[in-house]
Amino acid sequence: MTSYTETQVLPLARPVRAWPAWLVPTFFLAPAVIMLVVFLLYPLLSSFQLSLLNWNGLGTQGKFVGLDNWLYLLQDPIFWLSLRNNSLLAVFSVVIQLPIALALAVLLDKAGGYSRVLKIVYFLPLLMSSVALGVLAKNLYDPNFGPINLILQALHMDAFAHDWLGDTHYALGSIIAVVCWQNIPFYMVLFMAGLASFPDELQEAALLDGASEWTIFWHIKLPHLYGTLRTGALLAIIGSLRYFDLIFVMSGGGPEHSSELMATYMYRTVFDSFQLGYGSTIASAMFIVVTLVASLALRLTRRFEPEV
Amino acid sequence: MLTTPVLPRRGFAPSRVVVPTLGLFWLAVTLLPFLFMVMTSFKTQEDSFATPIWALPSHLDLINYKAVLQGDFLIYLRNSVFVIGVSIALILLFGAMAAYALARLRFKFNQPLFGLIVAGMIVPLHVTLVPVYLMTRQAGLYDTMFALIGPYVAMSLPVSIFILTGFMKQIPRELEEAAQLDGCGPIAIFARIFLPLCGPGLSTVAIYNGINLWNEFIFAYVLTSTPNHRTLPLAVWDFQSQFASNIPGMMAVVTLTALPLIAAYAFGQEKIVKGMMAGALKG
Repeated sequence: MTSYTETQVLPLARPVRAWPAWLVPTFFLAPAVIMLVVFLLYPLLSSFQLSLLNWNGLGTQGKFVGLDNWLYLLQDPIFWLSLRNNSLLAVFSVVIQLPIALALAVLLDKAGGYSRVLKIVYFLPLLMSSVALGVLAKNLYDPNFGPINLILQALHMDAFAHDWLGDTHYALGSIIAVVCWQNIPFYMVLFMAGLASFPDELQEAALLDGASEWTIFWHIKLPHLYGTLRTGALLAIIGSLRYFDLIFVMSGGGPEHSSELMATYMYRTVFDSFQLGYGSTIASAMFIVVTLVASLALRLTRRFEPEV
Repeated sequence: MLTTPVLPRRGFAPSRVVVPTLGLFWLAVTLLPFLFMVMTSFKTQEDSFATPIWALPSHLDLINYKAVLQGDFLIYLRNSVFVIGVSIALILLFGAMAAYALARLRFKFNQPLFGLIVAGMIVPLHVTLVPVYLMTRQAGLYDTMFALIGPYVAMSLPVSIFILTGFMKQIPRELEEAAQLDGCGPIAIFARIFLPLCGPGLSTVAIYNGINLWNEFIFAYVLTSTPNHRTLPLAVWDFQSQFASNIPGMMAVVTLTALPLIAAYAFGQEKIVKGMMAGALKG
């Protein structure tokens, strides 16, 4: 009798132990949030705090110097030079990588069976680690034994052979070329996805109307790709402002800071000159620059997602 | 499917000439550095100085590969497998849990929290380098493989949560409601419905982060110091700082370092291309 009423009372559709409402989201979010706070948010804030110190890394604490590091940063020619180099990298990334990537994407979009093979091969540079690629490129650029100079000499174009990475005029440009070489396939695939979403009927209709492929590309496909192009430009600019790897591996920012970026300057200040405080000032300034540019660009483009 | 009608076209069609030329040109641009890398790696050091750079190696000499493999290379490889394996497992678990909460649970700060986490995608990671280095030293983890796992997981979580939240939002609510009626609690719903249905999202996230972390250099360089605890990208770095003049040897290390990913790529190009684009293209 009693057991009968008990089963009657127990609501069937309820979990045996109901969790308090706040506990469920907390449980699922806690691991990720803890990791992000410890290894991302705290270090970011800590970087600003360290930027107020004069500290060589020895001892437990540096000396508090207020805004001295920031005032020094504002008139540090090397910082401004590195900011200029970051901007150059951004500009060249956009004007070199995007058009070539777009051309390749259009090419693979059109080409028949062999486009699959080409796409597979074109993508290879993206799989290289920046150290491996940097070391390889350093050998290609080697003034005495590098194939680039050897081939130029064999073609009797000695005048064009340079000490690519050792000359302040050429170092940055030489490395930007490698950065482009590695990243073009990324934008190529991005644009291919954009082109794939282009409706076939539109192309056929335009062809029937007698439009040339060239006209179709400029007047129909390119406007269709506008959103994807914007995304590509945004990614290239943000990526360039925080760039580090290939410059660090190939030139370390030299010679004479000619290829210095904010990130490499920060690294050298901390780990070569042991100025943790000032290095953190550079890092924090880099954070401010990237955040400002990114939020400005996001506001201008209003969206982060490509239209594919 | 319609076939394109053959019509006389007005005007110049540059695609006829430009397209194949550009295609072949870029093929050469892409492949020549790899060709130099592989060819040089088979040369002896004397060969590499005595013969022109474009000369084929006199015979297929594996001496460089032998030397590299007898060195610490396999230790670096083992470390990479361990560090990346553990990191990816944690990224998938923590990322999927957070994505489930953000996609499906109703709580006060859901939207702002999602925005904040996604904003983490644009943080220049090098800003965190010095504080993370100091933390690692204080925690006594400097020069251990565990030093890398925390930063690796944290730097991968924003994009992973972003991708997985998108996936989980597409899972029909009815499935969840049915499971609730059957008496499933939130953990059971997450583990038995959401995780299995997010399979493609999880594999995309694993591939994207796997490749990025496999190639990660600067945190590994700063947080570890001995070959026993260093990952694969540092095999190249350490080799070049020790044997800067041994170009064939260096090319053998570079080739061996690039090989695992190229091998993986040979087996699943589509998946890897899709995975690597995950940060820019949704899913």
